Amino acid sequence: MKFLDEYRDAEAVRGLAAAIRAAATRPWNIMEICGGQTHTIVRYGLDRMLPPQIALIHGPGCPVCVTPVEIIDRAVVIAGRPEVIFCSFGDMLRVPGSRKDLFTVKSEGGDVRLVYSPMDAVALAQKHPDRQVVFFAIGFETTAPANAMAVVQAAKLRLPNFSILVSHVLVPPAMRAVLDSPLNRVQGFLAAGHVCTITGMDQYRPIAERYRVPIVVTGFEPVDILQGILMCVRQLEQGRCEVENQYARIVRPEGNRPALERIEEVFEVSPRKWRGIGEIPASGLALRESYAKFDAERRFPVAEITADEPTECIAGEILQGHRQPLECPAFGTLCTPDRPLGAPMVSTEGACAAYFRYRRREE
Amino acid sequence: MNDEFKLNCPVPIGDHATVQLAHGGGGRMMKNLIEGLFLPAFGAGQLAAEAANPAPPHDAAVLPVAGGTGLASGTRLAFTTDSFVVNPLFFPGGDIGELAVYGTVNDLAMAGAKPAWLSAGFILEEGFSLDSLRRIVESMAAAARAAGVRIVTGDTKVVDRGKADGVFINTSGIGWVPEGVEISPERVQPGDVILLSGDLGRHGMAVMSVREGLRFESDLESDCAPLAGLVEAMLAAGTAEVHCLRDLTRGGLAAALNEIASDARVGVEIDESAVPVTEPVASACELLGLDPLYVANEGRLVAFVSPASADRVLAAMHAHPAAITPARIGVVTSSHAGLVELCGPFGPGRILDLLSGEQMPRIC
Repeated sequence: MKFLDEYRDAEAVRGLAAAIRAAATRPWNIMEICGGQTHTIVRYGLDRMLPPQIALIHGPGCPVCVTPVEIIDRAVVIAGRPEVIFCSFGDMLRVPGSRKDLFTVKSEGGDVRLVYSPMDAVALAQKHPDRQVVFFAIGFETTAPANAMAVVQAAKLRLPNFSILVSHVLVPPAMRAVLDSPLNRVQGFLAAGHVCTITGMDQYRPIAERYRVPIVVTGFEPVDILQGILMCVRQLEQGRCEVENQYARIVRPEGNRPALERIEEVFEVSPRKWRGIGEIPASGLALRESYAKFDAERRFPVAEITADEPTECIAGEILQGHRQPLECPAFGTLCTPDRPLGAPMVSTEGACAAYFRYRRREE
Repeated sequence: MNDEFKLNCPVPIGDHATVQLAHGGGGRMMKNLIEGLFLPAFGAGQLAAEAANPAPPHDAAVLPVAGGTGLASGTRLAFTTDSFVVNPLFFPGGDIGELAVYGTVNDLAMAGAKPAWLSAGFILEEGFSLDSLRRIVESMAAAARAAGVRIVTGDTKVVDRGKADGVFINTSGIGWVPEGVEISPERVQPGDVILLSGDLGRHGMAVMSVREGLRFESDLESDCAPLAGLVEAMLAAGTAEVHCLRDLTRGGLAAALNEIASDARVGVEIDESAVPVTEPVASACELLGLDPLYVANEGRLVAFVSPASADRVLAAMHAHPAAITPARIGVVTSSHAGLVELCGPFGPGRILDLLSGEQMPRIC
């Protein structure tokens, strides 16, 4: 496959692994931010090709995983209302709230539909004027522009029956939270390539400077990831802390301006709770007052929801890179993808789910 | 052993009080439903010896014919059933009628049987187009001719509008198992070579390409095809050497391999680079974040064959038109019983797990 095979080429991969071995003279801890990158690393066994002094720490960049239980519970309540058509991307449907997931709501008679774009939900609202169509708007900066676009479109069409349930999160505040933790071990980052496609690289420079950490914007294929690690290791070895772009075939330094303008028009920065981590200030997006009528939380008031996360679960420590999935006593026994206790086991992009799928033999 | 099935016994089918779509997805939840509910209930009538050591479930049941039936003793029948609920009913490369015939024919063939007779049961939704029904029935008739079977009995029910999705079809099939043919997961042993009859994922991706809300342009066509002729050719190349066969349907190659690894209590090692996937399937899967190893097929099988005869059986597959790009994809091991390990392009092994339900397109 063009544009893919060359980034999965075995010879290139082995060459990069050798270059990393040659470059690393000391132990370094590098965090890959994005769940998609974690998945590639575990799936292809890239971490096993690295010299022992390079430790990869799996970051909090799985949007499905970090969506707080309270929001899922709210989605479950809204989706259960008879007038609602609740639309979501597929991988959110299986994520358990404190009592049930959206699939269960569907089996109980709720009208829950899997869509592939927020615009599909807008089309449904046009087609069913007698129903309330709610789209579950989750994700990082990557999915925010399309969700903003859907709201703009609904406003243009004057659709009174369309709204979104927002749980958008932002990457840079999560990186700061990781670095501010007294337990932090991370010395360099692979930033999430697709997020940077939208945001560009400027937001990362203050982090690199203030915390003295190298940040390499990195893609998702094996060659991308090893190249990103190599660039990061070289910076660490040379004492540099710059923002570099490994994913230059996709990411432009200034990002995608029209997409950023859409986000800016529809959303404003707000505090957000992250599943497994807790509240991080200014770490999410909420609808601006001018678009408040499209806010499903306001349209469908739900009694205050508080949910406790299971105490056996060390998800918070895993999402911040303090511990690895196989160190969790509940891994693979009390906690499996069918009965997840915590965030990183719920989505296929979560670190625990990736280890469960690909690595169970090693316990 | 108490052989009475008690309905109040706690059924270990997960935390759900109601049926979920994933219970039919070909993954872990379906396996739990079958093992936790159906097998204990329906296995209750069997002899104590069988109950203590039940044969692992297979695509078709092989039944010895009792004496006094007028049939030669030693004659064995294969019997199977399958229901078809595909949406859309017509898709590139096939339709529900063709699937309903080939699906059952293939399940019989996976027991090594020569398919002979089929039943056809229709559940029709009030208001369903008769013209569409005619197309489906004609397609079933053509498929039966192509597979060399006869549809000899049937049933029709009509339900209120909204109570079914156009048409659901059930087919059951009977076939004869030739002498000397012994195909079952129990016969799989360490050292067996694993052969695959063709490239993966065409059916699942063809259906997805025309599904409501997802349409994408492609030339993908379903691989929907009868496999009985291919199985006959493979058995002719090594009757007793073919230990187990499984057609790849829901859950794809990953589900088939996991079922056999678990039922035969062996490990399976697959060389990922040897598994053929065409470029259109691979591209569509990339786009949606799906793994072709889990995508449905309707005209592919895996065979577990003794190492000595693997080349001969593979040659027979190459010579048969129903095998598209047959390949040797792996071996059976005595280590890591119950697990399927995949050797990727960079060496290190990873587990090819059974999914909980169906694969979900990813968020980003």
